[in-house]
Amino acid sequence: MDLLWDGLIEAVRLILRADPELRQLVLRSLMVSLTATALAAMVGVPVGVALAIGQFPGRALIQVLVSTGMGLPPVLVGLVVTLFLWRTGPFGALGLLYTPSAMALAQFLVAAPIAAGFTRAALGLLEPDLLAALRVDGAGRLALGWELVRAALPQVLLAVAAAFGRAISEVGASLMVGGNIAGQTRILTTAIVLETGRGNFALAIALGIVLLALAFLVNLALGWSARLPAPAGV
Amino acid sequence: MRDKPVRIALTVLGSVVLAVILTGSALFALRSRGHERSERRELILATTTSVQDSGLLDVLVPLFEERTGYRVKPIAVGTGAALAMAARGEADVVLVHAPEAEREFMAQGYGSERLLVMHNDFVILGPPDDPAGIRGLRSAVDALRKIAAAQATWISRDDGSGTDQLEKRLWREAGLSPKGAPWYITSGQGMGATLTLTDQKRAYTLSDRGTFLAYRGRVDLDVLVEGDPMLLNLYHVITINPARFPEGQINVEGGRAFAQFLVSPEAQQAIAEFGREQFGQPLFVPDAGKAEEQLGR
Repeated sequence: MDLLWDGLIEAVRLILRADPELRQLVLRSLMVSLTATALAAMVGVPVGVALAIGQFPGRALIQVLVSTGMGLPPVLVGLVVTLFLWRTGPFGALGLLYTPSAMALAQFLVAAPIAAGFTRAALGLLEPDLLAALRVDGAGRLALGWELVRAALPQVLLAVAAAFGRAISEVGASLMVGGNIAGQTRILTTAIVLETGRGNFALAIALGIVLLALAFLVNLALGWSARLPAPAGV
Repeated sequence: MRDKPVRIALTVLGSVVLAVILTGSALFALRSRGHERSERRELILATTTSVQDSGLLDVLVPLFEERTGYRVKPIAVGTGAALAMAARGEADVVLVHAPEAEREFMAQGYGSERLLVMHNDFVILGPPDDPAGIRGLRSAVDALRKIAAAQATWISRDDGSGTDQLEKRLWREAGLSPKGAPWYITSGQGMGATLTLTDQKRAYTLSDRGTFLAYRGRVDLDVLVEGDPMLLNLYHVITINPARFPEGQINVEGGRAFAQFLVSPEAQQAIAEFGREQFGQPLFVPDAGKAEEQLGR
């Protein structure tokens, strides 16, 4: 138990000292995970909307795929992405393996289904009357989807927050496609794995506390933006 | 009405592709100025976790990068995985510690040059009260026989790493196949996690000395058997044979430069110094230019 305490003290010390290595880790973690989250939102939210209101062939199948994807094992994603990005793989020529871009891609793959699934669930809770009214209005499908997202904005932002949580906390895929290279692809989660392997438990805990604090701040920001009054017209 | 969802889907798909391309190119631009030149300035080193966990890579890699201008991507996996990557042409140079597997790798023509870099040693660790009574034995194989006879708990990494391969070999030499026995537990994890498990289970295990030193004080385990020539832990650097792969896949120059660096006086000096400050003793003994046979004590 004393290790938790040591970790806490170490975390405060690292933050107060503005440790340059820690700053680098934090910035890289944020850059990779925010990129992944942005992409996941761009794909996941429209897919969630389509699943909530659309009637199209394959809808049930996509629904199942999204639900399965919400529990996608990161190590499996990491392994598959690695095989694709290998020099001998189909996208090897891009030279993306062991780069932050590859990590963002892997995190996107695990985060996007979360964004889609939660968005679909959020829109499913909206009043059916609202949907009917908008339909009577003669709104096109795109406009309809947009209005629904605006109506359920706090919930949709929660979906995005969940996707971010998945991305920033994920370690298996990032470790594999990034390689945990110091100064290049080491992020907070992979640094925690490394320091634990080195027996530096207090430092590992400290990094974990920093990671938690980071997730807290990002969620706080998202929570605030959800509180903004919904745009008029809904 | 039915074509609208299709249009939505296409719009979504289009924007995603666009976003991926934009982000990708932005990250690319950030990553490297003049990509075509940097291509061959990068090299992938496949190596073992013990080299990374001990911190030795953090000393050697920056030194090499500074001297040569290469950029190294060290990928720390087990020796088995490192050789498997290299056999597929996914690495430019390997630094590993499983001589038997390495000889097979060379025999199959995947390697072009194999150089002895350094050694340290393995030790058999166990609880201080030593229920199997192996303390002070000179032979690792005898120790394993006693542990098996006492049915004392043994933790095996079983992850194909160099340590794991040596452990399997020791059991073979002892004429035993403990796999499946209730006292034979496999962790499937790295050395550090395995030491913690061994400590918690009051068990025995085989460990490289470096990782144990890093964990000393955190685990209640004693070095019970050491000094057996079979417990030598030899690290070799191997360059990849480019002829086995399509033209241009392997960074031959970079791999050779790294191998030559490891056996250079400067790197050897750094290896000799490494760990002295933190552990009071060096973790590795530099061996460049020596023959393997000279090392048996």
